[in-house]
Parts: sequence; C-alpha cells; structure tokens
Amino acid sequence: MPETAVELEGLTRRYGGREALADVTLSLERGRTLVVFGPNGAGKTTLLRVLATLLRPHAGSARVLGHDLAREGWAVRGRIGFLGHQPLMYRDLSARENLRFHARLHGVSFERVDALLERVGLAARADDPLHSYSRGMVQRAAVARAVLHDPELLLLDEPTANLDPHAAELVEPLIGRSSGRTRVVTSHDPVGGLADADVALGLRAGRVRLLADAAAVTREQIGELYR
Amino acid sequence: MSGRRPSLRSAIGAMLAKELRLELRAPQLLPAMALFSVATMIVFHFSLQRDAVAGSLAAGVLTVTLLFSAMLGIARLFVADHEEGGFDGFLLAPVDRSALLIAKAMALFLFLVIMEVVAVAAYALLLLEPAAGARLLGQTALTLLLADVGIAVIGTLVGALAVQTRARDLMVPVIALPLLVPVVIATAKLLAPTFAQGGAEALPGQWLAVLGLYDLVFGLLAYGLFDFLVED
Repeated sequence: MPETAVELEGLTRRYGGREALADVTLSLERGRTLVVFGPNGAGKTTLLRVLATLLRPHAGSARVLGHDLAREGWAVRGRIGFLGHQPLMYRDLSARENLRFHARLHGVSFERVDALLERVGLAARADDPLHSYSRGMVQRAAVARAVLHDPELLLLDEPTANLDPHAAELVEPLIGRSSGRTRVVTSHDPVGGLADADVALGLRAGRVRLLADAAAVTREQIGELYR
Repeated sequence: MSGRRPSLRSAIGAMLAKELRLELRAPQLLPAMALFSVATMIVFHFSLQRDAVAGSLAAGVLTVTLLFSAMLGIARLFVADHEEGGFDGFLLAPVDRSALLIAKAMALFLFLVIMEVVAVAAYALLLLEPAAGARLLGQTALTLLLADVGIAVIGTLVGALAVQTRARDLMVPVIALPLLVPVVIATAKLLAPTFAQGGAEALPGQWLAVLGLYDLVFGLLAYGLFDFLVED
C-alpha cells in the first residue's frame, strides 16, 4: 500500500469569523502531484500555508509526511519546500547571500547553493542585490531557495506565474513533475495544471467543490469553480 | 538530502550575520538612531539654555535621549523580515525559535552600543561639564551596557509583537516604555552620581543589582514567551 504524504480530515482554518478553509478532507500519496484550483480567496494559499506549518488548523486534523501538524509541526519543517507569492528573501542581499543564509538555517552546504544558482541560470548575477533582479529572476532565486534542502514535499503557489517559457523549463527538473517529489501546486490554468497533476482539487469559499483524478476532470468542471 | 538540523548556536550565527549584513548593505536603524540622539542633544542644549548639566538632570537628559532613540530601532527591527518574508523563511527552517530572539536581541544590543558611542560623544560636547575622566567613562559604559541588555530583550519582544499589527509605530512606544520604566529608573539612579558636580561618585550597588536582575528576569521571560509570539 502506497505511503500517504498528506492526509487532511475536516481541516478548518478561520481568519476572524470567516472560514478560509472549511471541512477539507483529502489524502495524497507520496510522489504524486495535487493541483489546487479556485478563484481568488478560495483558500488555496491558506491550504499551502497550513501544510507548511505557517498557519495552525482551527479544527480537524492535518498529517504531513506522517506527522500531525498540530502537535509535531517541528518534525516536518526542513522536509517541506515552500514557494509562495513572496520569495522569502531579502531585497538588499544578493541571491548568493540569501541562499547561504537559508543554507545555514537548513544545515546545507554552500556548494549546494552554488550548484543551484547555476541550475536556475543565476550564476552570473548571483552577487547582485535581489532588488536589481527582474520578477522572473527573483522567482528563479526563490525556486532555488525552496529546493535548497532537497525537500520531500513541495508546496507551490502558482510557481511559474512570473517565468518565461525558458525559465519555466530551467526550473522544471527542480520543482516540476520530473523532480519526483510529492507536490501540492496551485494553478489557474486548467490545461497545464491538469496535465501536470495526478489529483485535482477545486476550492470555492474554502470548501471542496471538486476532488478527483486529474485525468478524469474536464476544463468545464474547472471553469465552473470560477463562475 | 535534507540537511542536518543546525544547532542553536549555528542558527543564531546565521541570523546575526544576516542582520549585520543587511544593516551594512542598506543602513537604516543605525543612522536613524544616531541622528535622532544627536538632534535630541542639540534640542536639550538649546531648550535648557545651559552649556553644562550635572547630577540627576544630566542623568535624566541622557537616559531619556537614549531610550527614545532606541524606540526607533525597536520599531524597525523586524520590518524587513515582515515585509520581505524573512519571518516565514525562518519559521520554515528546522531551527529553535529562540535563535531569532537571541540573534535579534544581540543585533539590537550592538546597534544600541554603536548609537551610544555617537550619542555620548555629542552629549559630552554639548552638555557635559569638562571634567570627564576615566571613572566617569567607565561608570557610564557599565551602566549603559546593563541598560542595553534590558532594552534589547524587551525591544526584541515588543518589536516582534508590534510588527504583526498595522499600527506598529504606535505600538512600540506604547508597550515598550511602560515595560522599560524600571530600566529608566535604575539607569538614572546610576548615572546621577556618575555625573555629579565636581566629579564622578561611586555607583550605588543596589541599583546595579536592580538593573542586573531586570535583565535576568526579563531575559528568561522573553525566552519563554517568544515562541508564542512568532507562531501563528
């Protein structure tokens, strides 16, 4: 029986009185990709932040890589790679300085930093401050940060939104399906999103509206979520 | 290939190095604190209409100036982390949360000391009797270092709390100043004999003990509370 990487049971998360996630139940096996669709405010980012241990669930349970997040969040930190809307890097430091800082926090060697800068095509600009980068370059640096510690689970919030096709190709082996990692990816692109995933989740107002094998989901079903 | 979990010491080293590098690369806290302290000394110089002050007045002027200058540093301490996602980056790492408290407090302590070198020099030039000797300097340094530990600990705690609110610039003085009243009292009581007319007198031991005890108690309290402040 395949191991489960993510297991959610009635997961609920509120902001004040508003439920950002309500009664979300799903499971994802290791090595598989879950794509999350939904209009703005549907709860996609909240779901990723709960899985990343940055937000606590208010009700229900969330198990990630075999650990209950409410009680053992510390055990999965360092095994998760998180790529959100913010690069989680300092604008006044260079890409190399930022990555070396994160490398020290994750117990990773500086050689890995240099190798990743090469792989995301930033080696030539690695010592320039991040504020001098284009959005796409910042996103590539953020990809390098997210996979610096070779995480088992990737949580990706629209990971290729700022990338041109060449840059998207560059980062594919690191965060794409071919990386072999378990992935939870948010997307607004039904064609690319479904083609890239094993399981599709549709959220609307924090509630699950769709949960099925990606191969069995149609573009029309995704479109319904946004109407 | 997940790396090994870094030790507390290693995490503190990484955080502290990052703090210093950021301040060197884009100076914000230090220039603001130092300029504010010098400007305040000039304001005191003209508003008191004196070339020299001594005793409790001298102690009060210096204590108040340094405290208000420190507020600027506290208000900005976590801003880059909050706005650029450094907080989340740290929280995602498999390190002890107290590394953030200790590294931030150490950085703030260092910034306070550097600011005070500038501020005390301006103070000596604008307001102090020309009787500064080794004893005055030594006692001033000891008092300010002890005060800085308390300000750095409380400042880090309050800075981490305030940065999560929209009114952080208002929250910092509103929360920090009442908590720092014991530091203000002890510092003023220690500086008054140091700046006595006619030369520095010995430091009152009980106020040294008060300052030391404050540093210890609030240091432990901050250590215990910090996790709850930075966690969701």
